[in-house]
Amino acid sequence: MGFIDTYIIPGAIVLAQLLSIVLPLLIAIAYLTFFERKVIGAIQLRKGPSLVGPFGLLQPFADVLKLMSKETIIPSGANKIIFILAPMITFILSLVSWAVIPFDEGMVLANINLGLLYLLAISSLNVYGVIISGWASNSKYAFLGALRSTAQMISYEISIGLVIITVLICAGSMNLTKIVEAQKNVWFIIPMLPMFLIFFISALAETNRAPFDLPEGESELVAGYFVEYSSIGFAFFFIGEYANMILMSAITSILFLGGWLPPLDIVPFKWIPNLVWFVLKIFLVLFVFLWVRATFPRYRYDQLMRLGWKVFLPISMLWVIITASVKIMFFK
Amino acid sequence: MPLLALIFYVLAIVTIASAVMVVTSRNPVHAVLFLILTFFNATGLFLLMGAEFLAMILLIIYVGAIAVLFLFVVMMLNINLVMLRQGFTSYLPLGGLIIIVLLTELIMVIGLGDIDLNIAAKATSPIPYHVPNAEAIGRVIYTQYVLAFHAAGIILLVSMIGAIVLTLRQRTDVKRQSIDKQNLLLSEEVVELVEVTRSKGV
Repeated sequence: MGFIDTYIIPGAIVLAQLLSIVLPLLIAIAYLTFFERKVIGAIQLRKGPSLVGPFGLLQPFADVLKLMSKETIIPSGANKIIFILAPMITFILSLVSWAVIPFDEGMVLANINLGLLYLLAISSLNVYGVIISGWASNSKYAFLGALRSTAQMISYEISIGLVIITVLICAGSMNLTKIVEAQKNVWFIIPMLPMFLIFFISALAETNRAPFDLPEGESELVAGYFVEYSSIGFAFFFIGEYANMILMSAITSILFLGGWLPPLDIVPFKWIPNLVWFVLKIFLVLFVFLWVRATFPRYRYDQLMRLGWKVFLPISMLWVIITASVKIMFFK
Repeated sequence: MPLLALIFYVLAIVTIASAVMVVTSRNPVHAVLFLILTFFNATGLFLLMGAEFLAMILLIIYVGAIAVLFLFVVMMLNINLVMLRQGFTSYLPLGGLIIIVLLTELIMVIGLGDIDLNIAAKATSPIPYHVPNAEAIGRVIYTQYVLAFHAAGIILLVSMIGAIVLTLRQRTDVKRQSIDKQNLLLSEEVVELVEVTRSKGV
């Protein structure tokens, strides 16, 4: 009886909470691909997927079924264990971060004190899926793609870290719930618009999205680090990339757009539930992700590195110092 | 708390096993990957001790940055382990001596009771429960140890500049774009609109 009370029941509750985060997330990822194709189609005056189901709504499921029914090919020169491990790492890491994301007041799986650092730590682990898959494939295209991607992700992680520090100084806590609550009066995007822009651009680079999708530059590297993957392995990388996009949008809206808070604390806005506001904000940021993809051409590699190290790093460092000084001067 | 003990033993065993694998594995890339696994499990051990901040910093700095660069370098190098192992017997006496010295030191330190294994419980200023981990570390680092902290920062800065100075070479044979010059260009100076007559060309 004691065993059931202390372990089985809490375990089952946590499992149910996990499922209630992961299942909607997977469905959201499926529909994000659909949304992406529709949005880019509309921008390029095309229709986008429109044949499977009403308005093409069943297209993601058709794609998933097609991917799963493909043959899994492991290249003969590949390092088998690591080759299989890499997509799993990517997939798992893309889900793990959601543990600390607060969807509403108190609606969070793990309300830990160091939520921000946890997110930073997990996103710095994301590099491994990329670099390991590139090495284990034993193919030059995959390896080159992995090297590019790793250098890019590490470079932009630094500016993301500094931006996070400015938010942390303003909010005075690393707990994500407290950061959202600190924005009750004014969202952080208003006093810190430059930081928001730097964070968003770095998020594009961190998730390897256009215009920073050099790791998968089709014209020179075929597809980058996951060239050799087929079937489920490929699907895992794909899901991981899109889950990271949604995650980055969620972090952007928590750090700068006030998380679940309505834009103004007055009646017509308060009627809409907080969760809906949060989802709407994620949706808005995701739309900008896709909009950017359809608008800008790909960066050249030296330009990308210059932007990260010579532009974003000094600006965000300066901003950290300014924020800290202002806080000490006026809000002590 | 048998569950916590179980988690501790799993983490500790995996840490030690992967640390052994770092030394013994034949493929250098595998060795680095095992090293990363060791770091990762050490993070888990830190978390069990309640040192969340240290755990996250270990993950961000060691696993997320240093080990990645390590992996980078090891992947790029063409290491031939058979060549490396050729001098094994000639290095054995020296290596053995170092091992014996370190082992005796360890045994003396622990055996003579200089290190109290329960030091965390008896610390003179334990972390109060309502103070977050990061804040507790900050309070000590920026007051009591501020000089040591700054010295460490300066040493890091010097070593960083040293590494840059050592590896930087001015290459004159590379054509490099000057971004400022590029941004200052006017379109009239570089682009010419040509009216092309049909079937004649420019």
